[in-house]
Amino acid sequence: MEVKGEIYRVAGPVVTITGIKPRMYDVVKVGHEGLMGEVIRIKGDKATVQVYEDTSGIKPGEPVENTGMSLSVELGPGLLESIYDGIQRPLKVLQEQMGDFIQRGVTANGLDRDRKWDFKPTVSSGDSVKGGEVIGIVQETMKIEHKIMVPPNVSGTVADIKSGEFTVEETVCVLEDGTELQMMQKWSVRTPRPVAKKLMPSKPLITGQRILDGLFPVAKGGTAAIPGPFGSGKTVTQQQLAKWSDTDIVVYIGCGERGNEMADVLNEFPELEDPKTGRPLMERTVLIANTSNMPVAAREASVYTGITIAEYYRDMGYDVSLMADSTSRWAESMREISSRLEEMPGEEGYPAYLSARLSEFYERAGAVHSLSGSDGSITVIGAVSPPGGDFSEPVTQNTLRIVKVFWALDAKLSQRRHFPSINWLTSYSLYSKGLSDWFSENVAPDWVDLRDNAMDLLQQESELQEIVQLVGSDALPEDQQLTLEIARMVREYFLQQNAFHPVDTFCPFDKQYKLLKAISKYGEMANAALEAGVPMGDIISVESKDELAKVKFEEDFEPALNVVMTKMDEEFAKLGGK
Amino acid sequence: MTKEYKTITEVSGPLIFLEKTEPVGFGELVNINLPDGTTKRGQVLDTSAETVVVQVFEGTGGLNSESGVVFTGETIKLSVAKDMLGRILSGAGEPLDGGPRIVPDDRIDVNGASMNPYSRMPPEDFIQTGISTIDGTNTLVRGQKLPIFSGSGLPHNEIALQIARQAKVLGSDEPFAVVFAAMGITNEEAQYFMEDFEKTGALERAVVFLNLADDPAVERLITPRMALTAAEYLAYEHDMHVLVILTDITNYCEALRQMGAAREEVPGRRGYPGYMYTDLASLYERAGVIKGKKGSVTQFSILTMPGDDITHPIPDLSGYITEGQIVVSRELHMKGIYPPINVLPSLSRLMNSGIGEGKTRDDHKAVSDQMYALYAEGRDMRGLVAIVGKDALSERDQKVLEFADLFEDRFVRQSRDEDRHIIDDTLRIAWEILSELPESQLARIDNKFIEKYHPAHKAKSE
Repeated sequence: MEVKGEIYRVAGPVVTITGIKPRMYDVVKVGHEGLMGEVIRIKGDKATVQVYEDTSGIKPGEPVENTGMSLSVELGPGLLESIYDGIQRPLKVLQEQMGDFIQRGVTANGLDRDRKWDFKPTVSSGDSVKGGEVIGIVQETMKIEHKIMVPPNVSGTVADIKSGEFTVEETVCVLEDGTELQMMQKWSVRTPRPVAKKLMPSKPLITGQRILDGLFPVAKGGTAAIPGPFGSGKTVTQQQLAKWSDTDIVVYIGCGERGNEMADVLNEFPELEDPKTGRPLMERTVLIANTSNMPVAAREASVYTGITIAEYYRDMGYDVSLMADSTSRWAESMREISSRLEEMPGEEGYPAYLSARLSEFYERAGAVHSLSGSDGSITVIGAVSPPGGDFSEPVTQNTLRIVKVFWALDAKLSQRRHFPSINWLTSYSLYSKGLSDWFSENVAPDWVDLRDNAMDLLQQESELQEIVQLVGSDALPEDQQLTLEIARMVREYFLQQNAFHPVDTFCPFDKQYKLLKAISKYGEMANAALEAGVPMGDIISVESKDELAKVKFEEDFEPALNVVMTKMDEEFAKLGGK
Repeated sequence: MTKEYKTITEVSGPLIFLEKTEPVGFGELVNINLPDGTTKRGQVLDTSAETVVVQVFEGTGGLNSESGVVFTGETIKLSVAKDMLGRILSGAGEPLDGGPRIVPDDRIDVNGASMNPYSRMPPEDFIQTGISTIDGTNTLVRGQKLPIFSGSGLPHNEIALQIARQAKVLGSDEPFAVVFAAMGITNEEAQYFMEDFEKTGALERAVVFLNLADDPAVERLITPRMALTAAEYLAYEHDMHVLVILTDITNYCEALRQMGAAREEVPGRRGYPGYMYTDLASLYERAGVIKGKKGSVTQFSILTMPGDDITHPIPDLSGYITEGQIVVSRELHMKGIYPPINVLPSLSRLMNSGIGEGKTRDDHKAVSDQMYALYAEGRDMRGLVAIVGKDALSERDQKVLEFADLFEDRFVRQSRDEDRHIIDDTLRIAWEILSELPESQLARIDNKFIEKYHPAHKAKSE
């Protein structure tokens, strides 16, 4: 017997209902059109609901129905390659149902109910299984094997297990106590999925972006923030990470972002190839697009929807990276809802629980030993859009307290067309030290030294620049002029990277190493030549140095570099500096 | 059928509070009949079983508890028809030009639904505005929203008009329309726009919505929505390419703040409501191109930055939604340069998809990046010269300094009716000023472009 309540009050996305007794965070259907909403406050016989859709025309007295469930996502094969809105409605299905504009009151299942998947069991009757254990596999896309797991809160002995083609709703396994398991499971988005153990992140996330991999690496399972004023290249950086980082699964959340930019992502991703497998990048990607003009409550939910999907793949033992663009928009949606609830505001009108929500979210990242027995990780990379580029505002500050890597975007650099415009002086990574061993073993024994030298050089440059501002560069001693020149090479040849150049957009570690090594070699030879009395002008004008600038764009990088380096040796030999 | 309620219990600023009504829909349009026989309109802001809050558009002057309130049962709609072209309407969509009422083809909810991101086409058609600083370095494309960030007393209106006049997609003669929405601008400014539209014949293909400085502030919240609804109708029902000019966004935001204060909402930054980002997004995001439809909506809004402060909440939140911005600089204006566009803080996020081979020319991006880098450096040199004098600079640095001057004088500066062609003028000038520097300094330009387009090489090969 279903109990129906009714609407008491409507004020924008906040609706007060009466007549039913829902639990906190239960999903309710509001009005004749059945708009989806979530209970966010209960007071006396009334409950306050945030509605995920536009509420124009909704009247007091219209019926309300409790679904009895909290806001959940459907987890199972078919998530990959999907494009969802903030509450896991597939945008493609929405388009088929209601055209180019999103009308309200439409429900759509997160997973396709008709599609059949080939289920191959990995357990047999009589095996005992516990929560999180893998009972079978489905080839979801060419390269990704989807592991069907027992829901975390279920365990027992397998009475019957099937094999063959099934839809996500058909029972594939029955336990002795009668529990039927399907390929699809539902999970409440606001509850983190349980793990066996959290691990220390020990491997770097390789992104192919020189400044990130080289100077400020993030570990798999780590957290990073990219704050930057508008126009400083946040979105491009996020998209580069989504395209190139060496994880198995990418979850990209466009949270309150521009529609045209989202369209670009939606258009481009299906055409991109995964550099590792040669398969379309979409085959390992889940996109969540909730643009800035879509309902604010769904924007608030989108981040949770995304991380829950990420956790699900992590539980299978995959490395997942999650990009949230932008967490500021998410924080603003909290502020907007909070102010409609007439809650006491904290700093700059943000709710007092902002910090708690942010840390809860970032804590869902991490490298883990999962219940299924394998190791997986979620790396969370959150973009922050500080108003006016002011990093002292609450969202940036609360984020920085949690994350371990800080990639500070700088509008000044982007104005100079220095991309990626990440400031090398203010950014930091707390993983650099912890990952040193990995770098020494896997890149080159002298990589860490090379990197530290480069950082040191850049630091010296910024100090020298202050003097140059006062007296001009000619007044500096020659060795310091040379330092400036080498630092410039590090900046322009190494740090600058063109995301739109077919070759330069992705730079493997080996190439990063050789490029930095080449610059360092020039530095050594130049310094030696200077000591041997070669005039500064001659050292700076060696042709091979300028040629080095363009090597990174060459398709055949190694031979091109070798040509330049041989020439450099010859030129310095001629100068007599060797 | 429609009941008239005489149960107003409170009038406060632009808001009225009613008691004991039948259930009323949120956002419903309301007619208020005053004792003196006039009618005002309003919209439901908050509705519950006991109280209804109505925001009145034309101000609450003359209202009392005797006034009757009629709920129309529908949200705010605009009557649209192709005949709207050439008409001047009020901020609430009523004819102002003395012409007949518009015979509606359709009535559309002005709030508009949000476009499914999946249905959007990424914008990529280059629009030539004839202004070098836009075409060359901050390219506008169809379906983009690119505002002008300006300050009081700067010639943003002239720039907007020049763009409205000159904007075209090269080699295409598809139907083109302008929708102009004035929000809280002065009568004088409105006249200026009207005269220019009439003089150049642009009025025939324009729809004008006027909410002037002395019109009610509340109406300002509806005006841009009316304009965008008309634009969407022309674009998606009549396959037209529509350029929407909204001026001035700052006045719109002031009205938003005023309403927020009247509703006693918790204010956000500088007193602006916390939902201002979402509200602005609901305007700006109504630009775009839909897959499979011929028309498009491109937005060109004008925004005057209070105190020339780009970190003020209005330009700041706008910048996070729009696809870039064109920044008008007081410094350049003082130097007597028109259009005084400072390219350094300006940006067009969609530039890369609108330029290059087959759209403009293959070297476009490289040339633009090179000019940006040199101009930024050259401006820094100016600061340095002020301290150490020009002679202390190296020869290279002196060249860069000169480049900054050349850039402003030749590339930025143009006359008010100069319609520059992207290849024949804008890129040609760019190469001319770049060729003042030694080739080795053009590190951002691929050698193959230098060989192809550098005047020195060109002269050789010809």
